[in-house]
Amino acid sequence: MVGILEDKDRIFTNVYGLHDWGLDGAKARGCWNATREILQQTPEWICDQVKASGLRGRGGAGFSTGLKWTFMPKTESERPHYLVVNADESEPGTCKDREILRNDPHLLIEGCLIASYAIRAHTAYVYIRGEYVHERERLEAAIKQAYAAKLIGKGNVHGWDFDLHVTHGGGAYICGDETALMESLEGKKGQPRLKPPFPAGAGIYGCPTTINNVESISVVGTILRRGAEWFAGFGRPNNTGTKLMAISGHVNRPCVVEEAMSIPLRQLLEDHCGGIRGGWGNLKAIIPGGSSVRMIPAHEAETALMDFDSLSALKSGLGTAAVIVMDQSTDIVKAIARLSYFYKHESCGQCTPCREGTGWMWRVMERMVTGEAEMKEIDMLLDVASQVEGHTICGLGDAAAWPIQGLFRHFRHEVEERITNYRIGKPHVQGASLQAAE
Amino acid sequence: MSIRRLSPNQPASFAFTKESQTQVDWWISKFPAGRQQSAVIPLLWVVQKQQGWVSEPALRVVAETLGMPVIRVYEVATFYTMFMLEPVGSVALVQVCGTTPCMLRGAGDLIAVCQKKFGNREHQSADGKFYWQEVECLGACSNAPMAAINDYYYEDLTAESFEAILDDFAAGKSPTPGSAINRTGSAPEGGPQVLSDPKLYDGSAAKPIKKLPNAAPKGKAAKEPAA
Repeated sequence: MVGILEDKDRIFTNVYGLHDWGLDGAKARGCWNATREILQQTPEWICDQVKASGLRGRGGAGFSTGLKWTFMPKTESERPHYLVVNADESEPGTCKDREILRNDPHLLIEGCLIASYAIRAHTAYVYIRGEYVHERERLEAAIKQAYAAKLIGKGNVHGWDFDLHVTHGGGAYICGDETALMESLEGKKGQPRLKPPFPAGAGIYGCPTTINNVESISVVGTILRRGAEWFAGFGRPNNTGTKLMAISGHVNRPCVVEEAMSIPLRQLLEDHCGGIRGGWGNLKAIIPGGSSVRMIPAHEAETALMDFDSLSALKSGLGTAAVIVMDQSTDIVKAIARLSYFYKHESCGQCTPCREGTGWMWRVMERMVTGEAEMKEIDMLLDVASQVEGHTICGLGDAAAWPIQGLFRHFRHEVEERITNYRIGKPHVQGASLQAAE
Repeated sequence: MSIRRLSPNQPASFAFTKESQTQVDWWISKFPAGRQQSAVIPLLWVVQKQQGWVSEPALRVVAETLGMPVIRVYEVATFYTMFMLEPVGSVALVQVCGTTPCMLRGAGDLIAVCQKKFGNREHQSADGKFYWQEVECLGACSNAPMAAINDYYYEDLTAESFEAILDDFAAGKSPTPGSAINRTGSAPEGGPQVLSDPKLYDGSAAKPIKKLPNAAPKGKAAKEPAA
């Protein structure tokens, strides 16, 4: 067997798009089965089951999904409740929600209905990143099928009036932050809001709102059908369930695959991706959770498990389980400098530490790539990174600082070597070139 | 942040075509009454699909349609990088992903191809047919390196296959999007190694479930929450 998750326990059975994505195909694979019975239970029951399954948000932060739902007001008021699905998948390395949106859209639609019932919402919006044009068309088509079959909509067969709309963004990474997403959904620039008020109190249009990742919502139907214990049976305590993992970079066969949580990182890469290009010994470093987490070097990757606790013990994080693999041929300073450029490009410009800091860090990183820097600038860079980290409204400031901190934590010697090598043989007194010419 | 300004050369006016107008109405209908501003990004996208780019008169038309100040539309158009603020190539807008996961697998080669064929980034090519730019992560990292051409993803590219696709566009063809090495979606090269159990697809998963696991004994205490 490949990996540790058996086929019978997979939730996303059409992740590669080999089968019908439409309603008939989805139903044959078990979607929309017993949805009516689920909606005959109380919202509290659904929240309790999801809590018991140990499902933690799949968008990166890893907050308990069931618990998040209980933050919503228990009764409906004149302010309607909303569910918003965050499909603004822009974290470098992450390409898992895309597979759900285009190949298993009905799991998402069913999940939206169940989650909306659990938080007493009658309207949900799916906010897809603008670049996912094909995925948006596919989801729109699937929603149309669901409306036609009266699975959702007013007076549907499940007895909970529910409207689902798709909207899209305009290519801004920052809109993956929940408060920025709400701003964007309201038709403004995607600049994050301060919390509190939290979205469960005042979200879109000032109404109680819950925002969840696509994957968190899509697994809910199957969890309730098969039981919370089933889902909780995978992985280690506090890190339960199955998870779509996306592997990119220097492996022989990059792919997206659903695996049990807490699978050893090395097994994930060797079983599903044919191993590192040139063998395990050729591995240099791995970014295990999307670009925003700190990298881990090869010797730590050897024993790391793909879950929240194991990776945070290594001062990294599971994030979105987007594994970026870098082998010995990688110019690792350049790789991180490119990420610094990404954060500089995507900063929304609202908080000064991030707006100024990301650009500054990128410019220094570019000089580190060539070695055209002072030794003392390494510490200065780390100092600035730590001043950006934690001093911004949203997490983008942290996300920009962490890759740099990870680089210097493990590969500081390489940067120092570059700086030294750059200086060797270079004249560094005035007039030295004139002297040499004589 | 990226600095984005409107093009100095603007057309005199803009009006939605009939087809665009249908879409505009559809987008506005998705949002609650009085919240039509929510449709501003989709509407600007409709503009871009109709016009190829987003012009200044179009910003005014969108503002008027949604009943919002022009400056707010201007803000949105300059904030979101998907909106092209100057005319792009008549045949194709080529967006090469250059972020680290693609870079590791050779996005630099694709960028070199564009540079060679079309000249500098963010400019129309000499014949006006192409316009290319390097963009940030497009979210297809397991199929890196990749490029979006006229909105659709061309994946698993090499310099050669990318050049062939661009040549097809130049010749007026429309190559099929997807993997250039015939991978199915994001399955590993050579075919999926999982999901081979036929029981997943024979309909056995659709059999009625007699009792939900952990369901409350007499089920529904209150079906509707106290409203």
